[in-house]
Amino acid sequence: MTEPFAKEAQVAGPAASSKPAGDGQPEINTLKMRRRIIWASIWGFVGVNFLMFLRFFFPRTLFEPKSVFSVGTSSDFGLGVDTRFQQQYRIWVVRKPDRLFVIYARCTHLGCTPDWKESENKFKCPCHGSGYDSDGINFEGPAPRPMDRAHVELNAQGQIVVDVNRLYTCERGKPCHFDDEGAYLVV
Amino acid sequence: MAEENKQKPNNQQEKKALTALLDQTKEQAKALKQRAVEEAKTYAEPEKTQLYRSIFRVKHDDQPRNRALSVLSNVFFHLHPAKINRDAVRYAYTWGMGGITFYVFLVLTVTGVLLMFYYHPTKVQAFRDILYLEHDVPFGKLLRNMHRWGAHLMVITVWLHMFRVFLTGSYKTPREFNWSIGVILLVLTLLLSFTGYLLPDDQLGFWAITVGTSMARATPLLGHEGPFGPQLGMTPYNDVRFALLGGSIVDANALLRSYIWHCIALPLVAAVFMGVHFWRVRKDGGISGPAPVVMESEVKEPRPGPTPVIMKPSGMRER
Repeated sequence: MTEPFAKEAQVAGPAASSKPAGDGQPEINTLKMRRRIIWASIWGFVGVNFLMFLRFFFPRTLFEPKSVFSVGTSSDFGLGVDTRFQQQYRIWVVRKPDRLFVIYARCTHLGCTPDWKESENKFKCPCHGSGYDSDGINFEGPAPRPMDRAHVELNAQGQIVVDVNRLYTCERGKPCHFDDEGAYLVV
Repeated sequence: MAEENKQKPNNQQEKKALTALLDQTKEQAKALKQRAVEEAKTYAEPEKTQLYRSIFRVKHDDQPRNRALSVLSNVFFHLHPAKINRDAVRYAYTWGMGGITFYVFLVLTVTGVLLMFYYHPTKVQAFRDILYLEHDVPFGKLLRNMHRWGAHLMVITVWLHMFRVFLTGSYKTPREFNWSIGVILLVLTLLLSFTGYLLPDDQLGFWAITVGTSMARATPLLGHEGPFGPQLGMTPYNDVRFALLGGSIVDANALLRSYIWHCIALPLVAAVFMGVHFWRVRKDGGISGPAPVVMESEVKEPRPGPTPVIMKPSGMRER
Protein backbone atom coordinates (compact mmCIF):
# COMPACT_ATOMS: atom_id res chain seq x y z
CA MET A 1 0.00 0.00 0.00
CA THR A 2 2.99 2.33 -0.37
CA GLU A 3 2.12 2.85 -4.02
CA PRO A 4 -0.76 5.31 -3.50
CA PHE A 5 1.36 7.42 -1.18
CA ALA A 6 4.09 7.70 -3.78
CA LYS A 7 1.49 9.06 -6.16
CA GLU A 8 0.29 11.50 -3.53
CA ALA A 9 3.73 13.04 -3.33
CA GLN A 10 3.64 13.58 -7.08
CA VAL A 11 0.24 15.20 -6.95
CA ALA A 12 1.35 17.59 -4.22
CA GLY A 13 4.61 18.44 -5.92
CA PRO A 14 8.10 18.49 -4.43
CA ALA A 15 7.17 20.95 -1.67
CA ALA A 16 4.87 18.42 -0.04
CA SER A 17 4.06 19.31 3.54
CA SER A 18 1.04 19.77 5.70
CA LYS A 19 0.85 23.40 4.58
CA PRO A 20 -1.56 24.54 1.85
CA ALA A 21 -0.21 23.50 -1.54
CA GLY A 22 -0.85 26.98 -2.96
CA ASP A 23 -2.96 28.07 -5.95
CA GLY A 24 -6.10 27.37 -3.96
CA GLN A 25 -5.09 23.67 -3.66
CA PRO A 26 -6.42 21.90 -0.57
CA GLU A 27 -4.00 20.85 2.16
CA ILE A 28 -1.83 17.83 1.48
CA ASN A 29 -3.50 15.91 4.30
CA THR A 30 -6.85 16.51 2.67
CA LEU A 31 -5.52 15.11 -0.59
CA LYS A 32 -4.17 12.07 1.26
CA MET A 33 -7.50 11.52 2.97
CA ARG A 34 -9.35 11.81 -0.35
CA ARG A 35 -7.09 9.19 -1.89
CA ARG A 36 -7.53 6.93 1.07
CA ILE A 37 -11.31 7.22 0.84
CA ILE A 38 -11.29 6.48 -2.90
CA TRP A 39 -9.09 3.41 -2.44
CA ALA A 40 -11.14 2.23 0.52
CA SER A 41 -14.30 2.56 -1.59
CA ILE A 42 -12.77 0.64 -4.50
CA TRP A 43 -11.47 -2.21 -2.33
CA GLY A 44 -14.67 -2.25 -0.32
CA PHE A 45 -16.69 -2.51 -3.49
CA VAL A 46 -14.48 -5.30 -4.87
CA GLY A 47 -14.52 -7.11 -1.52
CA VAL A 48 -18.28 -6.97 -1.13
CA ASN A 49 -18.69 -8.14 -4.70
CA PHE A 50 -16.38 -11.07 -4.01
CA LEU A 51 -18.45 -12.04 -0.97
CA MET A 52 -21.59 -11.83 -3.12
CA PHE A 53 -19.84 -13.99 -5.71
CA LEU A 54 -19.10 -16.63 -3.05
CA ARG A 55 -22.63 -16.52 -1.64
CA PHE A 56 -23.98 -16.95 -5.17
CA PHE A 57 -22.75 -20.56 -5.18
CA PHE A 58 -25.03 -21.58 -2.28
CA PRO A 59 -28.56 -21.97 -3.71
CA ARG A 60 -31.50 -21.32 -1.40
CA THR A 61 -33.90 -23.76 -3.03
CA LEU A 62 -33.03 -27.36 -3.78
CA PHE A 63 -34.78 -29.77 -6.10
CA GLU A 64 -33.69 -32.97 -4.39
CA PRO A 65 -35.54 -36.04 -3.04
CA LYS A 66 -37.40 -35.41 0.20
CA SER A 67 -35.30 -36.02 3.29
CA VAL A 68 -38.31 -36.63 5.57
CA PHE A 69 -40.79 -39.15 4.23
CA SER A 70 -43.13 -41.97 5.16
CA VAL A 71 -42.43 -45.59 4.16
CA GLY A 72 -45.63 -47.30 5.32
CA THR A 73 -46.41 -49.35 8.41
CA SER A 74 -44.15 -51.91 10.06
CA SER A 75 -46.40 -54.73 8.89
CA ASP A 76 -45.42 -53.86 5.30
CA PHE A 77 -41.96 -55.27 5.91
CA GLY A 78 -40.96 -58.90 6.29
CA LEU A 79 -37.87 -60.06 8.14
CA GLY A 80 -34.59 -59.01 6.50
CA VAL A 81 -33.45 -56.22 4.19
CA ASP A 82 -36.01 -54.37 2.08
CA THR A 83 -34.61 -52.52 -0.96
CA ARG A 84 -37.82 -51.03 -2.39
CA PHE A 85 -36.94 -47.43 -1.35
CA GLN A 86 -33.32 -47.53 -2.48
CA GLN A 87 -33.87 -45.78 -5.83
CA GLN A 88 -36.27 -43.15 -4.52
CA TYR A 89 -34.92 -42.28 -1.08
CA ARG A 90 -31.53 -44.04 -0.83
CA ILE A 91 -32.45 -46.14 2.21
CA TRP A 92 -32.95 -49.77 3.17
CA VAL A 93 -35.53 -50.81 5.73
CA VAL A 94 -34.23 -53.67 7.88
CA ARG A 95 -36.58 -55.68 10.06
CA LYS A 96 -35.33 -57.92 12.83
CA PRO A 97 -37.45 -60.10 15.07
CA ASP A 98 -37.57 -57.42 17.77
CA ARG A 99 -36.79 -54.12 16.05
CA LEU A 100 -36.95 -52.23 12.75
CA PHE A 101 -34.36 -49.69 11.58
CA VAL A 102 -33.47 -47.79 8.43
CA ILE A 103 -29.94 -47.83 6.94
CA TYR A 104 -28.89 -44.77 4.96
CA ALA A 105 -27.52 -46.34 1.74
CA ARG A 106 -24.24 -44.47 1.64
CA CYS A 107 -20.88 -46.20 1.92
CA THR A 108 -18.94 -44.71 4.82
CA HIS A 109 -15.74 -44.83 2.78
CA LEU A 110 -16.38 -42.30 0.00
CA GLY A 111 -20.12 -42.02 -0.42
CA CYS A 112 -21.10 -44.52 -3.13
CA THR A 113 -24.30 -46.55 -2.86
CA PRO A 114 -23.53 -50.21 -2.02
CA ASP A 115 -25.56 -53.06 -3.54
CA TRP A 116 -27.58 -55.53 -1.48
CA LYS A 117 -26.36 -59.04 -2.40
CA GLU A 118 -29.25 -61.29 -1.39
CA SER A 119 -27.38 -64.56 -2.05
CA GLU A 120 -24.34 -63.52 0.00
CA ASN A 121 -26.41 -61.78 2.68
CA LYS A 122 -24.24 -58.67 2.56
CA PHE A 123 -23.96 -55.15 1.20
CA LYS A 124 -21.09 -54.64 -1.27
CA CYS A 125 -19.84 -51.26 -2.46
CA PRO A 126 -18.91 -51.29 -6.18
CA CYS A 127 -16.49 -48.36 -5.87
CA HIS A 128 -13.77 -49.72 -3.58
CA GLY A 129 -15.12 -53.04 -2.34
CA SER A 130 -16.31 -52.26 1.18
CA GLY A 131 -18.55 -55.03 2.55
CA TYR A 132 -21.25 -54.79 5.22
CA ASP A 133 -23.40 -57.48 6.81
CA SER A 134 -27.20 -57.34 6.78
CA ASP A 135 -27.14 -54.94 9.74
CA GLY A 136 -24.88 -52.56 7.80
CA ILE A 137 -21.85 -53.41 9.96
CA ASN A 138 -18.60 -53.20 7.97
CA PHE A 139 -16.46 -56.33 7.85
CA GLU A 140 -14.26 -55.90 4.73
CA GLY A 141 -12.79 -53.23 2.52
CA PRO A 142 -11.78 -49.66 3.34
CA ALA A 143 -15.00 -48.54 5.08
CA PRO A 144 -14.11 -46.94 8.44
CA ARG A 145 -17.43 -47.58 10.24
CA PRO A 146 -20.85 -49.22 9.84
CA MET A 147 -23.33 -47.52 7.56
CA ASP A 148 -25.28 -44.75 9.28
CA ARG A 149 -28.90 -45.27 10.32
CA ALA A 150 -31.67 -42.75 9.75
CA HIS A 151 -34.04 -41.38 12.38
CA VAL A 152 -37.36 -43.29 12.48
CA GLU A 153 -40.58 -42.57 14.35
CA LEU A 154 -44.25 -43.44 14.10
CA ASN A 155 -46.71 -40.69 13.26
CA ALA A 156 -50.31 -40.49 14.48
CA GLN A 157 -51.52 -42.84 11.73
CA GLY A 158 -48.96 -45.51 12.66
CA GLN A 159 -46.87 -44.74 9.57
CA ILE A 160 -43.09 -45.00 9.81
CA VAL A 161 -41.57 -41.56 9.16
CA VAL A 162 -37.89 -41.53 8.18
CA ASP A 163 -35.63 -38.48 8.48
CA VAL A 164 -32.30 -38.92 6.67
CA ASN A 165 -31.06 -35.55 7.94
CA ARG A 166 -30.76 -37.09 11.39
CA LEU A 167 -28.25 -39.92 11.14
CA TYR A 168 -27.02 -42.23 13.90
CA THR A 169 -23.40 -43.35 13.69
CA CYS A 170 -21.51 -46.14 15.39
CA GLU A 171 -17.79 -45.54 15.07
CA ARG A 172 -15.13 -47.60 16.80
CA GLY A 173 -13.67 -45.75 19.77
CA LYS A 174 -16.65 -43.42 19.97
CA PRO A 175 -20.05 -43.87 21.61
CA CYS A 176 -22.40 -46.00 19.46
CA HIS A 177 -25.73 -44.36 18.71
CA PHE A 178 -27.50 -47.36 17.18
CA ASP A 179 -29.38 -48.02 20.43
CA ASP A 180 -30.40 -44.39 20.89
CA GLU A 181 -34.06 -43.47 20.92
CA GLY A 182 -35.14 -42.77 17.31
CA ALA A 183 -32.49 -45.01 15.76
CA TYR A 184 -34.92 -47.95 15.70
CA LEU A 185 -38.54 -48.92 16.28
CA VAL A 186 -39.66 -51.77 18.51
CA VAL A 187 -41.94 -54.10 16.60
CA MET B 1 -42.09 25.43 -85.21
CA ALA B 2 -39.63 27.17 -82.97
CA GLU B 3 -38.83 23.88 -81.35
CA GLU B 4 -37.76 22.21 -84.66
CA ASN B 5 -35.37 25.07 -85.46
CA LYS B 6 -33.77 24.67 -82.17
CA GLN B 7 -33.46 20.90 -82.47
CA LYS B 8 -31.25 20.88 -85.61
CA PRO B 9 -28.22 22.62 -84.18
CA ASN B 10 -28.77 20.69 -81.03
CA ASN B 11 -28.42 17.39 -82.90
CA GLN B 12 -25.12 18.46 -84.41
CA GLN B 13 -23.86 19.58 -81.08
CA GLU B 14 -24.91 16.29 -79.57
CA LYS B 15 -23.04 14.36 -82.25
CA LYS B 16 -19.90 16.34 -81.52
CA ALA B 17 -20.29 15.79 -77.83
CA LEU B 18 -20.86 12.07 -78.35
CA THR B 19 -17.69 11.62 -80.46
CA ALA B 20 -15.74 13.54 -77.87
CA LEU B 21 -17.16 11.32 -75.16
CA LEU B 22 -16.38 8.23 -77.21
CA ASP B 23 -12.77 9.31 -77.68
CA GLN B 24 -12.49 10.09 -74.02
CA THR B 25 -13.85 6.71 -73.07
CA LYS B 26 -11.49 5.00 -75.48
CA GLU B 27 -8.57 6.85 -73.94
CA GLN B 28 -9.75 5.92 -70.48
CA ALA B 29 -10.08 2.29 -71.51
CA LYS B 30 -6.58 2.41 -72.91
CA ALA B 31 -5.22 3.89 -69.71
CA LEU B 32 -7.12 1.32 -67.67
CA LYS B 33 -5.72 -1.48 -69.79
CA GLN B 34 -2.24 -0.12 -69.37
CA ARG B 35 -2.73 0.11 -65.64
CA ALA B 36 -4.10 -3.42 -65.54
CA VAL B 37 -1.09 -4.66 -67.45
CA GLU B 38 1.25 -2.82 -65.13
CA GLU B 39 -0.63 -4.18 -62.12
CA ALA B 40 -0.54 -7.69 -63.56
CA LYS B 41 3.22 -7.37 -63.88
CA THR B 42 3.48 -6.70 -60.17
CA TYR B 43 1.94 -10.08 -59.39
CA ALA B 44 5.19 -11.61 -60.50
CA GLU B 45 6.60 -9.93 -57.38
CA PRO B 46 3.63 -9.74 -55.01
CA GLU B 47 5.78 -8.61 -52.09
CA LYS B 48 6.18 -5.25 -53.84
CA THR B 49 2.47 -4.46 -54.05
CA GLN B 50 0.86 -1.87 -51.83
CA LEU B 51 -1.61 -4.49 -50.56
CA TYR B 52 1.20 -6.78 -49.45
CA ARG B 53 3.06 -3.95 -47.77
CA SER B 54 -0.04 -2.76 -45.96
CA ILE B 55 -0.33 -6.22 -44.39
CA PHE B 56 3.28 -7.24 -43.88
CA ARG B 57 4.69 -3.73 -43.52
CA VAL B 58 8.38 -4.49 -43.99
CA LYS B 59 10.42 -5.97 -46.78
CA HIS B 60 13.24 -7.82 -45.13
CA ASP B 61 16.65 -8.41 -46.57
CA ASP B 62 18.33 -11.52 -45.29
CA GLN B 63 20.42 -9.93 -42.57
CA PRO B 64 20.58 -10.98 -38.92
CA ARG B 65 19.01 -7.69 -37.82
CA ASN B 66 16.16 -7.92 -40.32
CA ARG B 67 15.54 -11.54 -39.47
CA ALA B 68 15.18 -10.56 -35.84
CA LEU B 69 12.90 -7.67 -36.83
CA SER B 70 10.66 -9.89 -38.90
CA VAL B 71 10.05 -12.00 -35.81
CA LEU B 72 9.60 -9.06 -33.47
CA SER B 73 7.24 -7.07 -35.73
CA ASN B 74 4.83 -9.94 -36.41
CA VAL B 75 2.03 -10.54 -33.95
CA PHE B 76 2.25 -14.33 -34.29
CA PHE B 77 6.01 -14.65 -34.61
CA HIS B 78 6.78 -12.32 -31.72
CA LEU B 79 5.58 -14.97 -29.28
CA HIS B 80 8.70 -16.87 -30.24
CA PRO B 81 12.19 -15.77 -29.28
CA ALA B 82 14.10 -14.07 -32.11
CA LYS B 83 17.15 -16.15 -31.32
CA ILE B 84 17.72 -19.17 -29.15
CA ASN B 85 20.62 -21.26 -28.01
CA ARG B 86 20.77 -24.24 -30.37
CA ASP B 87 21.47 -26.56 -27.42
CA ALA B 88 18.28 -25.48 -25.67
CA VAL B 89 16.10 -27.25 -28.20
CA ARG B 90 17.78 -30.64 -28.09
CA TYR B 91 14.91 -33.11 -27.72
CA ALA B 92 17.10 -35.36 -25.63
CA TYR B 93 17.24 -32.52 -23.12
CA THR B 94 13.75 -30.96 -23.18
CA TRP B 95 11.69 -33.86 -24.57
CA GLY B 96 9.60 -31.05 -26.09
CA MET B 97 7.12 -31.77 -23.32
CA GLY B 98 6.04 -28.21 -22.56
CA GLY B 99 5.32 -27.56 -26.22
CA ILE B 100 3.53 -30.87 -26.63
CA THR B 101 1.39 -30.09 -23.58
CA PHE B 102 0.43 -26.73 -25.07
CA TYR B 103 -0.31 -28.34 -28.41
CA VAL B 104 -2.57 -30.93 -26.75
CA PHE B 105 -4.31 -28.09 -24.90
CA LEU B 106 -5.04 -26.43 -28.26
CA VAL B 107 -6.40 -29.70 -29.66
CA LEU B 108 -8.60 -30.09 -26.57
CA THR B 109 -9.87 -26.53 -26.96
CA VAL B 110 -10.84 -27.01 -30.60
CA THR B 111 -12.42 -30.46 -30.17
CA GLY B 112 -14.10 -29.31 -26.94
CA VAL B 113 -15.74 -26.34 -28.64
CA LEU B 114 -16.95 -28.63 -31.43
CA LEU B 115 -18.40 -31.09 -28.90
CA MET B 116 -20.30 -28.19 -27.30
CA PHE B 117 -22.36 -27.91 -30.49
CA TYR B 118 -24.04 -31.24 -29.73
CA TYR B 119 -23.92 -31.53 -25.94
CA HIS B 120 -26.59 -30.35 -23.47
CA PRO B 121 -25.53 -30.30 -19.80
CA THR B 122 -28.85 -31.60 -18.46
CA LYS B 123 -29.71 -34.86 -16.72
CA VAL B 124 -32.19 -35.82 -19.46
CA GLN B 125 -29.94 -35.11 -22.44
CA ALA B 126 -26.29 -35.40 -21.40
CA PHE B 127 -25.79 -39.15 -21.69
CA ARG B 128 -28.13 -39.32 -24.70
CA ASP B 129 -25.95 -36.71 -26.44
CA ILE B 130 -22.87 -38.81 -25.76
CA LEU B 131 -24.52 -41.82 -27.42
CA TYR B 132 -25.64 -39.54 -30.26
CA LEU B 133 -22.07 -38.25 -30.69
CA GLU B 134 -20.69 -41.77 -30.61
CA HIS B 135 -23.10 -43.26 -33.12
CA ASP B 136 -24.62 -40.66 -35.40
CA VAL B 137 -22.94 -37.24 -35.45
CA PRO B 138 -20.55 -37.00 -38.43
CA PHE B 139 -17.03 -37.38 -37.01
CA GLY B 140 -18.62 -37.32 -33.54
CA LYS B 141 -16.84 -40.47 -32.42
CA LEU B 142 -13.54 -39.10 -33.67
CA LEU B 143 -14.05 -35.75 -31.89
CA ARG B 144 -15.11 -37.31 -28.60
CA ASN B 145 -12.21 -39.74 -28.63
CA MET B 146 -9.71 -37.03 -29.56
CA HIS B 147 -11.00 -35.03 -26.61
CA ARG B 148 -10.99 -37.99 -24.25
CA TRP B 149 -7.56 -39.36 -25.17
CA GLY B 150 -6.16 -35.85 -25.48
CA ALA B 151 -7.27 -35.19 -21.90
CA HIS B 152 -5.48 -38.30 -20.67
CA LEU B 153 -2.44 -37.37 -22.73
CA MET B 154 -2.31 -33.82 -21.39
CA VAL B 155 -2.19 -35.05 -17.79
CA ILE B 156 0.64 -37.42 -18.74
CA THR B 157 2.63 -34.79 -20.67
CA VAL B 158 2.22 -32.24 -17.86
CA TRP B 159 3.73 -34.77 -15.43
CA LEU B 160 6.55 -35.63 -17.84
CA HIS B 161 7.26 -31.92 -18.41
CA MET B 162 7.42 -31.40 -14.66
CA PHE B 163 9.61 -34.49 -14.32
CA ARG B 164 12.06 -33.16 -16.94
CA VAL B 165 12.17 -29.71 -15.34
CA PHE B 166 12.89 -31.36 -12.00
CA LEU B 167 15.58 -33.68 -13.36
CA THR B 168 17.41 -30.88 -15.16
CA GLY B 169 17.16 -28.59 -12.15
CA SER B 170 15.32 -26.02 -14.22
CA TYR B 171 13.18 -25.03 -11.22
CA LYS B 172 16.16 -23.26 -9.66
CA THR B 173 16.82 -19.52 -9.60
CA PRO B 174 15.85 -17.53 -11.62
CA ARG B 175 13.05 -19.91 -12.61
CA GLU B 176 11.55 -20.63 -9.18
CA PHE B 177 8.62 -18.29 -9.79
CA ASN B 178 7.82 -20.00 -13.08
CA TRP B 179 7.95 -23.39 -11.34
CA SER B 180 5.21 -22.13 -9.00
CA ILE B 181 3.14 -20.96 -11.97
CA GLY B 182 3.67 -24.45 -13.40
CA VAL B 183 2.38 -26.05 -10.21
CA ILE B 184 -0.79 -23.94 -10.50
CA LEU B 185 -1.12 -25.04 -14.13
CA LEU B 186 -0.77 -28.67 -12.99
CA VAL B 187 -3.64 -28.17 -10.53
CA LEU B 188 -5.74 -26.47 -13.22
CA THR B 189 -5.06 -29.38 -15.60
CA LEU B 190 -6.20 -31.88 -12.98
CA LEU B 191 -9.29 -29.78 -12.22
CA LEU B 192 -10.13 -29.61 -15.93
CA SER B 193 -9.74 -33.37 -16.10
CA PHE B 194 -11.92 -33.87 -13.03
CA THR B 195 -14.74 -31.54 -14.12
CA GLY B 196 -14.78 -33.16 -17.56
CA TYR B 197 -15.21 -36.58 -15.97
CA LEU B 198 -18.82 -35.93 -14.90
CA LEU B 199 -20.01 -34.51 -18.22
CA PRO B 200 -20.89 -37.80 -20.00
CA ASP B 201 -23.19 -38.42 -17.00
CA ASP B 202 -22.45 -42.15 -17.11
CA GLN B 203 -21.93 -44.49 -14.16
CA LEU B 204 -18.14 -44.06 -14.27
CA GLY B 205 -18.25 -40.26 -14.12
CA PHE B 206 -21.15 -40.09 -11.68
CA TRP B 207 -19.47 -42.27 -9.06
CA ALA B 208 -16.08 -40.67 -9.65
CA ILE B 209 -17.57 -37.28 -8.81
CA THR B 210 -19.46 -38.81 -5.88
CA VAL B 211 -16.17 -40.13 -4.51
CA GLY B 212 -14.19 -37.00 -5.37
CA THR B 213 -16.61 -34.59 -3.76
CA SER B 214 -16.98 -36.90 -0.75
CA MET B 215 -13.35 -36.08 -0.05
CA ALA B 216 -14.42 -32.42 0.08
CA ARG B 217 -16.58 -33.36 3.09
CA ALA B 218 -13.36 -33.87 5.02
CA THR B 219 -11.94 -30.39 4.22
CA PRO B 220 -10.63 -28.76 7.39
CA LEU B 221 -12.90 -25.95 8.62
CA LEU B 222 -14.98 -25.89 5.40
CA GLY B 223 -16.25 -29.49 5.26
CA HIS B 224 -18.97 -30.92 7.47
CA GLU B 225 -16.92 -34.04 8.26
CA GLY B 226 -13.54 -32.34 8.40
CA PRO B 227 -11.52 -31.13 11.40
CA PHE B 228 -13.33 -28.25 13.15
CA GLY B 229 -16.00 -28.29 10.42
CA PRO B 230 -18.95 -29.29 12.63
CA GLN B 231 -17.76 -26.89 15.35
CA LEU B 232 -17.97 -24.08 12.80
CA GLY B 233 -21.54 -25.04 11.96
CA MET B 234 -20.84 -26.96 8.74
CA THR B 235 -23.64 -29.25 7.55
CA PRO B 236 -24.18 -31.08 4.24
CA TYR B 237 -26.20 -28.03 3.24
CA ASN B 238 -23.68 -25.23 3.71
CA ASP B 239 -20.15 -26.62 3.37
CA VAL B 240 -17.63 -26.45 0.54
CA ARG B 241 -18.98 -29.61 -1.08
CA PHE B 242 -22.43 -28.02 -1.24
CA ALA B 243 -20.94 -25.04 -3.09
CA LEU B 244 -19.15 -27.31 -5.55
CA LEU B 245 -22.21 -29.45 -6.30
CA GLY B 246 -24.88 -26.78 -5.98
CA GLY B 247 -26.76 -29.21 -3.72
CA SER B 248 -26.22 -32.02 -1.25
CA ILE B 249 -26.13 -34.74 -3.92
CA VAL B 250 -24.54 -35.15 -7.37
CA ASP B 251 -27.47 -34.04 -9.50
CA ALA B 252 -28.50 -31.59 -12.23
CA ASN B 253 -26.82 -28.58 -10.56
CA ALA B 254 -23.55 -30.49 -10.21
CA LEU B 255 -23.65 -31.42 -13.90
CA LEU B 256 -24.28 -27.83 -14.96
CA ARG B 257 -21.58 -26.46 -12.63
CA SER B 258 -19.09 -29.02 -13.87
CA TYR B 259 -19.87 -27.98 -17.41
CA ILE B 260 -19.37 -24.27 -16.75
CA TRP B 261 -16.13 -24.76 -14.79
CA HIS B 262 -14.90 -27.16 -17.47
CA CYS B 263 -15.78 -25.13 -20.57
CA ILE B 264 -15.42 -21.52 -19.45
CA ALA B 265 -13.89 -20.66 -16.10
CA LEU B 266 -10.99 -23.13 -15.86
CA PRO B 267 -9.80 -22.81 -19.50
CA LEU B 268 -9.81 -19.00 -19.18
CA VAL B 269 -7.81 -19.08 -15.94
CA ALA B 270 -5.46 -21.70 -17.41
CA ALA B 271 -4.92 -19.57 -20.54
CA VAL B 272 -3.96 -16.56 -18.43
CA PHE B 273 -1.50 -18.61 -16.38
CA MET B 274 -0.10 -20.17 -19.57
CA GLY B 275 0.50 -16.68 -20.95
CA VAL B 276 2.44 -15.75 -17.81
CA HIS B 277 4.27 -19.11 -17.88
CA PHE B 278 5.49 -18.71 -21.48
CA TRP B 279 6.37 -15.07 -20.96
CA ARG B 280 8.46 -15.97 -17.91
CA VAL B 281 10.25 -18.71 -19.87
CA ARG B 282 11.46 -15.95 -22.20
CA LYS B 283 12.25 -13.46 -19.44
CA ASP B 284 14.14 -16.03 -17.35
CA GLY B 285 16.58 -16.65 -20.17
CA GLY B 286 14.73 -18.94 -22.54
CA ILE B 287 14.21 -22.66 -22.36
CA SER B 288 16.67 -23.98 -19.82
CA GLY B 289 19.32 -26.03 -21.55
CA PRO B 290 22.79 -27.45 -21.08
CA ALA B 291 25.78 -25.10 -20.89
CA PRO B 292 26.21 -23.35 -24.23
CA VAL B 293 28.81 -24.89 -26.51
CA VAL B 294 30.78 -23.38 -29.38
CA MET B 295 31.67 -25.27 -32.51
CA GLU B 296 35.37 -25.63 -33.18
CA SER B 297 34.91 -23.97 -36.54
CA GLU B 298 33.39 -20.93 -34.84
CA VAL B 299 36.33 -20.15 -32.55
CA LYS B 300 38.07 -17.05 -33.91
CA GLU B 301 40.21 -15.77 -31.09
CA PRO B 302 40.50 -16.46 -27.39
CA ARG B 303 37.76 -14.58 -25.60
CA PRO B 304 38.06 -12.97 -22.18
CA GLY B 305 36.25 -14.70 -19.34
CA PRO B 306 35.66 -18.40 -18.67
CA THR B 307 36.76 -20.79 -21.39
CA PRO B 308 33.73 -22.09 -23.32
CA VAL B 309 33.31 -25.80 -23.85
CA ILE B 310 34.63 -26.53 -27.33
CA MET B 311 32.55 -28.93 -29.32
CA LYS B 312 33.58 -30.78 -32.44
CA PRO B 313 31.06 -30.83 -35.30
CA SER B 314 30.51 -34.53 -34.63
CA GLY B 315 29.03 -33.53 -31.26
CA MET B 316 31.83 -35.13 -29.24
CA ARG B 317 33.29 -33.14 -26.40
CA GLU B 318 36.97 -32.17 -26.50
CA ARG B 319 38.99 -33.66 -23.67
